[in-house]
Amino acid sequence: MPATFDLKRRHLLQGLAGSGAAMAIGLPRPAAAKDLVVGFIYVGPRDDFGYNQSHAEAAAMLKKMPGVKVVEEEKVAETSDVEKTMESMIQLDGASLVFPTSFGYFDPYMLRMANKYKDVQFRHCGGLWDKSKHPMNAGSYFGYIGMGQYLNGVVAGHVSKTKKLAFVAAKPIPQVLININSFAMGARSVDPSITTRVIFTGDWSMPVKEAEATNALVDQGADVITCHVDGPKVVVETAERRGIYTCGYHANQASLAPKGYLTGAEWNWITVYKSFVDDMKAGKPLPNFVRGGLAENFVKMSAYGPAVPEAARKNADAVHAQIMKGGFAVFKGPLKDNTGKIVIPAGAAYPETAIELESTNWLVEGVIGATA
Amino acid sequence: MTASNATLADTTSSSTVTVAADRSYPVRHAAEAVAVPLVSLLAAAIAYSIFLLALGKDPQEFVEVVWRGAFGSWFSVGNTLQRASPLLLTALCVALPAQLGLVVIGGEGALVLGGLAAAAAALPILSAAPIIVQVTMAVAGAAMGALWIGFTGWLRAKRGINETIASLVLAYIGIALFNHIVEGLLRDPASLNKPSTWGIGDANMLGPIPGLGLYPGLPVGLIACAAAWVFISRSTTGFAARITGGNVRAAQLQGLPVARLMVLACALGGACAGLAGAIEVMAVHGRANASLISGYGYTGILISFLARHNPIGIVPMAILLGGIGAAGGLLQRRMDMPDATTLVLEGMIFVMILAGETLYGRIKWFQPRGPR
Repeated sequence: MPATFDLKRRHLLQGLAGSGAAMAIGLPRPAAAKDLVVGFIYVGPRDDFGYNQSHAEAAAMLKKMPGVKVVEEEKVAETSDVEKTMESMIQLDGASLVFPTSFGYFDPYMLRMANKYKDVQFRHCGGLWDKSKHPMNAGSYFGYIGMGQYLNGVVAGHVSKTKKLAFVAAKPIPQVLININSFAMGARSVDPSITTRVIFTGDWSMPVKEAEATNALVDQGADVITCHVDGPKVVVETAERRGIYTCGYHANQASLAPKGYLTGAEWNWITVYKSFVDDMKAGKPLPNFVRGGLAENFVKMSAYGPAVPEAARKNADAVHAQIMKGGFAVFKGPLKDNTGKIVIPAGAAYPETAIELESTNWLVEGVIGATA
Repeated sequence: MTASNATLADTTSSSTVTVAADRSYPVRHAAEAVAVPLVSLLAAAIAYSIFLLALGKDPQEFVEVVWRGAFGSWFSVGNTLQRASPLLLTALCVALPAQLGLVVIGGEGALVLGGLAAAAAALPILSAAPIIVQVTMAVAGAAMGALWIGFTGWLRAKRGINETIASLVLAYIGIALFNHIVEGLLRDPASLNKPSTWGIGDANMLGPIPGLGLYPGLPVGLIACAAAWVFISRSTTGFAARITGGNVRAAQLQGLPVARLMVLACALGGACAGLAGAIEVMAVHGRANASLISGYGYTGILISFLARHNPIGIVPMAILLGGIGAAGGLLQRRMDMPDATTLVLEGMIFVMILAGETLYGRIKWFQPRGPR
């Protein structure tokens, strides 16, 4: 049946001619030569109501700045894929400042690219940069969000009637454990009899397990829940459907739970990104290492939901004001973990920036659950 | 099913009667194997253009961006080939057992455990010559993969357990085992927030191909595909495997060692996937961690089916999917399309190619002509 073959050949030739022409005329450059091109790389979808969205919201604000062109790529795996994405942004889009936002992008992928492209600035979200080991055109920024979870805990402590709180967590790593401990301690500052039950799902994005965990925790009597997973959408929606309260995390999830959303610990990355971009545009060297918490405006709290009583607002606002003064230390000795072991000796007091907390491998007294 | 028809057609084509009467048949037969997938791709392109128009995007711009992102420059070609490389090996994990009519879809488990075995095997000999470390890692990875998928073959041959379900479930078990070991027994205590095994050290890493800057897994994948083709179509064992794939009972009646062939084909396929994991560790990650679980094993299933389980056909199909992956990022950045739109494209290609299967043997021009 030669007719079929001809049809195909003609289309093939047309296709080849088309692509040849496209190569010949060259595609228009995406940005004017003097625009600063900033690349953002996300590990998950940009609209996940969570970690990735918190960065994408800041990227959207940057887009409005004059002379700045933002290029974004979502769902980029923590493999050689992310190297190729960075390289593609540099080579094909002319990016001179790149923000790989996922923790696992740093070593070895971003470091390899930073060594390869010395005139491009790389800033990674996660706080891993070390002056003695890593190239100077690379760097880290990160936020301390533990005190946000502490405030979540304070509000939850006021609202809870069953005195049972719930936490859906991804992995028992220090960052997550600090959040669980902070949430539990915030609640126990209101009423020491409150317990927080934690379930680890095992990975950052496990929607089915997150829903199961939420349901299981509600079945066990919990009436306020929060989480530390990449996208809190499933937990928040499930909790709302079950009629319990939620405290948000990463981004604002109030629209997912109009009745039960109390408050939430949100990243406020625009603070960081704007200062980097301003420095780039002013021709100043970029800082290699920046970190901050609520006091530095790296983190913000969601507006209170309708279910938060006046007393809770007052108490939380007071604690918030204290935190904003800086140096607020929740982790004070003597502090026991949930097996009764003293983990912080008497006399020691660690603010959220303390290096001792970065190897946290325990769950504080009042948390029901185990790290392994 | 069609694959076995094609192989039967191969054997008849070499019989003297048809060759004497129809000299151009082998060429036309080969042309059929090229033309049918091309027609399918064209159909997919048309369907996807309609999808793009519905989204208000310009299909021509789409073609230009895909060309630019996947093949338009040396960097883009390297990006495409790098993404294709691991897929060559994981596709073989499907294609080899498929010769016996087995549908094995658990390559992901063999890949991650192969990577873990490679990283673990390197630990005691880190100070040896890099070539020794690398060979040890490759052997360990391949052996682990062979064991894992070979076990699936054994379950099928000796216990009659469905190999599709068994391999899939074993992949889940493999990933769970991988996480357990990486987060426990073999965890480098310094890897706080991203649990990993100890690194193999920069000296032992496999660098890019000198002069070309290409991913070192590429030649390994190409050689493996060529070797698999020779094995399947030119060796007696391969012939026996294809006979078994055509009709198990007939093969048993002929006295072929069906059980042994099943275990062998599965083990060889598993070795390829395990080797892919080992190469990822040697060339990209430098250690085993969750980055290895990135779906190469599952994409390999798609490629093997697209290639009709022909090891030579795997090469262009892997490059096609690698190219779509490489262009996917640019599509997001230039055309503001979400990542899911590339999944839609892949899905359309898959459906069209499978639908195109029905065209084989139906177009008269490609069929043997002879005196009747």
